[in-house]
Amino acid sequence: MADKILKELTIRVWRQKDAKSKGKLESYKINNISGGTSFLEMLDILNEELINKGTEPIAFDHDCREGICGMCSLFVNGRAHGPDNDITTCQLHMRKFSEGETITIEPWRAGAFPVIKDLIVDRMAFEKVLQSGGYISVNTGGVPDGNAIPISYDDAEEAMDAAACIGCGACVATCKNSSAMLFVSAKVSHLAKLPQGRVEATRRAKNMVAKMDELGFGNCTNTGACEVECPKGISIANIARLNREFLSATIKE
Amino acid sequence: MTVLNSKIPAGPLTEKWSKHKAAIKVVSPANKRKLDIIVVGTGLAGGSAAASLAEMGYNVKAFCYQDSGRRAHSIAAQGGINAAKNYQNDNDSVFRLFYDTIKGGDYRAREGNVYRLAEVSGEIIDQCVAQGVPFAREYGGTLSNRSFGGVLVSRTFYARGQTGQQLLLGCYASMNRMIGQGKIEMHERNEMLDIVTIDGKARGIITRNLVTGEIERHGAHAVVIASGGYGNVFFLSTNAMGCNGGAAWQAYKNGAYFGNPCFVQIHPTCIPVHGEQQSKLTLMSESLRNDGRVWTPKKKEDAIKLQKGQMSPNDISDEDRDFYLERRYPSYGNLVPRDVASRAAKERCDEGFGVNETGKAVYLDFKYSIERLGRDVIEARYGNLFQMYEKITDANPYNEPMQIYPAIHYSMGGVWVDYNLMTNIPGLYAIGEANFSDHGGNRLGASALMQGLADGYFILPYTIGDYLADEIQTPRVDMNHPEFVKKEKAATTRMERLFNIKGSKSVDSFHRRLGNIMWDYVGMARNEKGLKYAIEEIAKIREDFYKDLRIPGEFNSMNIELEKAGRVEDFLELGDLMARDALNRNESCGGHYREESTTEEGEAKRDDENFTFVSAWEYKGEGQEPILHKEDLVFETVELTQRSYK
Repeated sequence: MADKILKELTIRVWRQKDAKSKGKLESYKINNISGGTSFLEMLDILNEELINKGTEPIAFDHDCREGICGMCSLFVNGRAHGPDNDITTCQLHMRKFSEGETITIEPWRAGAFPVIKDLIVDRMAFEKVLQSGGYISVNTGGVPDGNAIPISYDDAEEAMDAAACIGCGACVATCKNSSAMLFVSAKVSHLAKLPQGRVEATRRAKNMVAKMDELGFGNCTNTGACEVECPKGISIANIARLNREFLSATIKE
Repeated sequence: MTVLNSKIPAGPLTEKWSKHKAAIKVVSPANKRKLDIIVVGTGLAGGSAAASLAEMGYNVKAFCYQDSGRRAHSIAAQGGINAAKNYQNDNDSVFRLFYDTIKGGDYRAREGNVYRLAEVSGEIIDQCVAQGVPFAREYGGTLSNRSFGGVLVSRTFYARGQTGQQLLLGCYASMNRMIGQGKIEMHERNEMLDIVTIDGKARGIITRNLVTGEIERHGAHAVVIASGGYGNVFFLSTNAMGCNGGAAWQAYKNGAYFGNPCFVQIHPTCIPVHGEQQSKLTLMSESLRNDGRVWTPKKKEDAIKLQKGQMSPNDISDEDRDFYLERRYPSYGNLVPRDVASRAAKERCDEGFGVNETGKAVYLDFKYSIERLGRDVIEARYGNLFQMYEKITDANPYNEPMQIYPAIHYSMGGVWVDYNLMTNIPGLYAIGEANFSDHGGNRLGASALMQGLADGYFILPYTIGDYLADEIQTPRVDMNHPEFVKKEKAATTRMERLFNIKGSKSVDSFHRRLGNIMWDYVGMARNEKGLKYAIEEIAKIREDFYKDLRIPGEFNSMNIELEKAGRVEDFLELGDLMARDALNRNESCGGHYREESTTEEGEAKRDDENFTFVSAWEYKGEGQEPILHKEDLVFETVELTQRSYK
């Protein structure tokens, strides 16, 4: 199927030299982009043109380009991962844009995700939250046979729904409070739904919530924006489960 | 010719690993605390190794170029992981998994290594379940399986189309636990540039901090390379954009032998190239071949109409469809191994039966399984893959067949290692896709995840103890040692050289040129003339690279172009070695198809008399020809036959 060609687009993009410098939006023109080209390939082309002019290319995070690694993180025309549903930025294609359009690209904006350069942000806060409890405390070796503990089909499926989180940070970037509740709740739910993870479920919830608060993520006010922009369709029902686990942990104390 | 010592234990195949484990040394808990281990890469191999080693008590320093260990490209593996559990009661066994893997690899892998891999495969599933990997389950609560190419049993465990993601998140979670406990020192956004050896032993690495641009020194008692494969030498591949051969290549340049560099896997089911603006190819999981039927039109006039967009595939009746895999390979049908399926697709397209505007695509059709099982079942099995396909191509695979074409996917070749997974440099190990050892000339589907986790969870943690037991008296490595100073300077000089070329062309432009040469002459079909031409062309690209490369930006800060330049510099050298190895191996086997060596039916024809060996290449310095060492492959159990999937 032949894709349309976009003859001219204006790209307004956030340029920031480093964490300490002040950034600003700059505009570039780009021509003859096929609708079948991915959004990040369009940026590759723009960067090639910038390099040919001797300008420093736009720095942005990306890696797998298949929507699974969670590295890409652009705010496009006011939406995390751009104008399409259930995708990451790398899965966004230029057929979603129209001729002559001005496309604005910004980094994730959240206090807990400081900008490193241009569109690249530091998401170490997510790492720290997971390090505080996002695991099952089991060493390699000495575990029971995989079929020893039956797990119901529905529980396995629900765990998988929550485990599908790719850790991109779109939920935080979208939330007006920069809350990480969807991210944290996805991990808590994934593990709490499984008998193996049940054992330390409340402890996990308590530790992860404490770490999340400490790192400067905002509070959840149930706007549901996170769910809408999550590329993997993680449900806010997980937040309810997190609240339940957290409450049960505090009551036990 | 040197005879390499693979250190495969003597004795019956079934007892090699258990006897070896009993014979090797162990390090006491008190001493483990004094020993440091560097792990480069945090995919399934590196992540599982780092977590396991830290749990055992070693001090681990882990490195990745991404912003988190969870981003390693193992995350993108879709279909599944093999294990000889025989949960389906279909007469699967360790031996059958071993045999399938040896045969699938076209008899170019070591029996001892592969048998061990099959032996530990079951434990991997147990471990992953214990970590909370949400594998697919039956209604009764037991684990579910599906089939993959090149086998006749159902032994593949899966988590929807995101198995790699879930397995990686499993070992990443274990790593996180160890980072939280201070047993792993994690270095994100950090790229290895060199290996430091002192008195012949690996003692550390030099890295570049990708945020600050600083060149750093890191010391340890042993270094583990788990940096994945080098498919990106082809520019377009299914690898992540950042995947690179750098760490493995630096091992080679420091004296570690590089095994079978010409063995790369071309995956038959990728979304076809759409045009010049493309930077990346996307894989569609092999699991789709369980329920999809591969075909091209029987009539050339139909193919021409499809290419011109004058006809829809749904207009072609069943009688006019050529299900060429089912026709050529009736017993395996659509589930032949990847190398066979890829070549068959190329054959159809070369004959003019390709179905898209470039003539380089075939159909993968779900119409028949939707009719048989219903749309809901297909959606439950492959929904996320269908969605991914639709987002990229804007076509709905429920209504019309997918278009697919082969693409570079995996490297079977890699750093040469012995049975202990140690390179020929003492203290330097290579695991996962970064080593060469288990897949021979072709890897079976769902075996990469198995090998990465086998190496990291259950093999390296044992074998590394045998080496480290003799290092317990060695104090913490002094990073002011002259070797560290020298290597740090060399790494800085190397980067400065690239930065200071100040030419006019981008890194990508050279990478693309290299990729085109590699795909055309060192890709799916190779011949002597083409390979010699490729070697000459690569030399020209290298020359231009050093004359005309342009890297804007600053040296001592985040500089994406500089990162890429270092990787492409390595690829330019690696591409040359791949072509040399392919030229040397004048036989067809697995993914390596030499047009000079084929059967009358056009299948790959091995030459066991002359090529039953591992090529292990030794670096002799800039501008020098590398030296080929041969490790003879000894088959004590399996009889070598011409591989047939008919």
